[in-house]
Amino acid sequence: MTAPLTRAPATAEATADPLVELSDLTVTFPATGGAGAVRAVDGLSLTLRPGGALGIVGESGSGKSTVAATLLDLHRGTGARTEGGVRVAGTDVLAASEAELRALRGATAAMIFQDPLSSLDPYHSLGDQIAEVHRVHRPGVSRRAARARAVEVLDRVGIPDAARRARSRPHEFSGGMRQRALIAMALACEPRLIIADEPTTALDVTVQAQILDLLHTLRTETGTGLLLVTHDLGVVAGSVDEVLVMRGGRAVEHGPVAEVLGAPREPYTRELLAAVPRIGTARENPPHAGAEHTGEGRADGPARPAATVTVTDRTPDPAPDGADVAAPLLEVHGLRREFGRRGPLGTALGADRTVAVDGVSLTVAAGETLGLVGESGSGKTTLGRMLVRLLDPTDGTLRYRGRDLSALGERALRPLRSELQMVFQDPVSSLNPRRTIGESIADPLRATGGLDDATVVRRARELLDRVGLDPAWYHRYPHEFSGGQRQRVGIARALAPGPRLLVCDEPVSALDVTTQAQVMELLAELRRDLGLSVVLIAHDLAVVRAAGDRVAVMRAGRIVEEGPVDTVYDHPRHPYTQGLLAAVPVLDPREAAERRALRARA
Amino acid sequence: MTAYVLRRTGGALLVLLLLSVTVYALFYVAPGDPAKLACGPRCNAEQIAQVREQLRLGEPLPLQYLHFLQGLVAGRDYSTGTGVLHCPAPCFGLSYQNDQPVAQLLASRLPVTASLAVGAMVLWLLLGVGTGLLAALRRGGATERVLTVLTLTGTATPVFITGLLLLMIFCATLQWLPFPTYVPLTEDPEQWAWNLLLPWTTLALLESAKYARLTRSATLETLAEDHIRTFRAYGLRERRIVGRHALRGALPPVVALNAVDLGTMFGGAMLTESLFGLPGIGRLTVESVRTVDLPVVVGAVLGVGAAVVLAGAVADVLYALADRRVTLP
Repeated sequence: MTAPLTRAPATAEATADPLVELSDLTVTFPATGGAGAVRAVDGLSLTLRPGGALGIVGESGSGKSTVAATLLDLHRGTGARTEGGVRVAGTDVLAASEAELRALRGATAAMIFQDPLSSLDPYHSLGDQIAEVHRVHRPGVSRRAARARAVEVLDRVGIPDAARRARSRPHEFSGGMRQRALIAMALACEPRLIIADEPTTALDVTVQAQILDLLHTLRTETGTGLLLVTHDLGVVAGSVDEVLVMRGGRAVEHGPVAEVLGAPREPYTRELLAAVPRIGTARENPPHAGAEHTGEGRADGPARPAATVTVTDRTPDPAPDGADVAAPLLEVHGLRREFGRRGPLGTALGADRTVAVDGVSLTVAAGETLGLVGESGSGKTTLGRMLVRLLDPTDGTLRYRGRDLSALGERALRPLRSELQMVFQDPVSSLNPRRTIGESIADPLRATGGLDDATVVRRARELLDRVGLDPAWYHRYPHEFSGGQRQRVGIARALAPGPRLLVCDEPVSALDVTTQAQVMELLAELRRDLGLSVVLIAHDLAVVRAAGDRVAVMRAGRIVEEGPVDTVYDHPRHPYTQGLLAAVPVLDPREAAERRALRARA
Repeated sequence: MTAYVLRRTGGALLVLLLLSVTVYALFYVAPGDPAKLACGPRCNAEQIAQVREQLRLGEPLPLQYLHFLQGLVAGRDYSTGTGVLHCPAPCFGLSYQNDQPVAQLLASRLPVTASLAVGAMVLWLLLGVGTGLLAALRRGGATERVLTVLTLTGTATPVFITGLLLLMIFCATLQWLPFPTYVPLTEDPEQWAWNLLLPWTTLALLESAKYARLTRSATLETLAEDHIRTFRAYGLRERRIVGRHALRGALPPVVALNAVDLGTMFGGAMLTESLFGLPGIGRLTVESVRTVDLPVVVGAVLGVGAAVVLAGAVADVLYALADRRVTLP
């Protein structure tokens, strides 16, 4: 596919040398272990004019981050083979000497990384780290002046009380503040280009909006060029002029942001756009993302023809949307959970307690999907774990089908455990890497007891089939699967004991959009066929809109607003909900600009 | 922090109490008559009975142990028939050999052991951490290979062989160094160092491989972390990245292990002290075991126990200071 690689913007700058110029770039990673050599970037060309902003969008494995790293030749010395032309601000990066490269890194082009916690040195104060970078590129500057510069840039990115906070270490900051600090480090030497690799992926939606606004402001004020790498189409919409869609190391589509997002020409771009859950539209069956086009989809496949499997001995509750809905399956009242240390003899003296969930009451009806949204730290995961009694509540009652679970001991609870199951966020770490996926699914079946081994294995295979995986993969290990497939395994494991209630804690947040859509579709289908009640915990408001019946918005351990999904999303009453919804990135660049202006005024 | 120190001290005392019960029981219940041992080989039955009376060995064992504890806290008086021998707190008893209070004996040997332990620590840190760093950064280089083989050989070879070889080479053949005798630091610092150089080297060789491996793996781990990538992407020299960022990240486990090792070393490096004829705690313990000088053995074991427990607590505090993300429970 040959996309028009250079569009001539009608500005004077167009005649200047481009800030970034990649021509026919190919990056090959050497073979490791069993895998052969991987061509991560395959003949990519692009240009970025000074002061311009380009977004590179793609799913995981598309090579977008590799491109970002190549601009500073961060692959040097790693064994990766980089071929083609890479020019950044006039420097031929691949041919540059070590000294030239060091001069480029940080001073001419500065990089902002995805995870601001791990990207900063935990042992040194933020001010010291920024001052150090500054002094590397301005050798004449005194220690004192460099510190002052650090405080100046920290203040510039909106860190309150910057002079004092410059002495803090990274772990003493919140995620958003850390990302601001990383941006401050990028600003320290007034670079001509900022390369941001997934700068907001680890952040909450409101913080994401703040960081994107900050980047936008800095760019317009200083005239710095921006190369923004992200998997999130909503993030690029409001932040860049041009978009390049990557897939399998190649450019699929490249053009002005309004055109690519508004009127995509390539089927893959359309597919990506279609898979993005919309927050603005009422609930519908999620579109079937054309799985056969994606690398993920090839192995993952569209859901197989659903074999009619009775997962449990007990038949699903009849007519989940009938009269039964009125009787709640789960009812919690005043649920509270504290963490930390108690004072001696239970006194408050010297106690160091954090209240994670602070008096939550809610109900889940049979066959209903309740969405639980909120920012990180709002207590939604703690609540979710208490709902299945993985965590014991500090206070409050938990009634499941009329029985008070909060008073039951572990032994009395055990028969009920199989009816309350959980799907975890990270499909990588929630599966034992040393057990085959079949064994992982069989474990809960064995735990229920009373089943002979042949039955257990047969059931496990049926479950694999049920979640759209090949039963013949029973003996494979988790690392052989993609993220989406692993999450399917996690779902199969949760289904194994025949639950009535499934608490899904961020089931798709680690997945690409197209995979996300497939997994959400599977959950919807299972819920329909098995009459499951689902509690869907997500920070992504759009995911809940697409899948939930009702939604509860959590903040600081409390539910601030609750109601039918459409009501809450279309007419949010609580200011916090309104703020959350306003911060969600939109795909229309013009609307994104309008929202940004609104936020700036607020 | 204060609460942590208090709790930790309480725990340490409990450990030492349990240790004292075990050791006390082990030695006093063991076959052989303590009164006979205390009195000496040429005593007649009457004298032995007298000693038994003095040491109150006729009392039931639990009561004896209580007196022992009491002595630890408040000191104890022993009647010698002609007068009273006072053993000030902490009193572990009197040595069977020369009736000296055990605590006093231990205290007189402590400077020797401390000199040996601290000096050896400096050497093993230099050798171990240096080798580990080289191994992490310049894998396969000539210096790294030589050092790695040296440290591994040092650890794999028993002290009495390493020590004897060193003595043979440097004292007997080359005559560069004196045969070690202990010279107190306060008397002559230069002679103190020259005389201790070989014992230090022997111990350092024994310990260094552990530190080399730990430093190597910790440095490699830190170098693979994201924040190292950040500083590379901001144009820092590799030397500075390693010195300021990677080594800093590798340090906490080394510091923690070192505190424990030093604590153990304060119990005396028995073989090294015996080999080089250094009158330290280790040698004292060995001698006391040989002469079945039970109070000294009990005192030495408890002293070592206290040092190790203290070192563990110090290691925890140091770890928390080295890595501010760690909070003490």
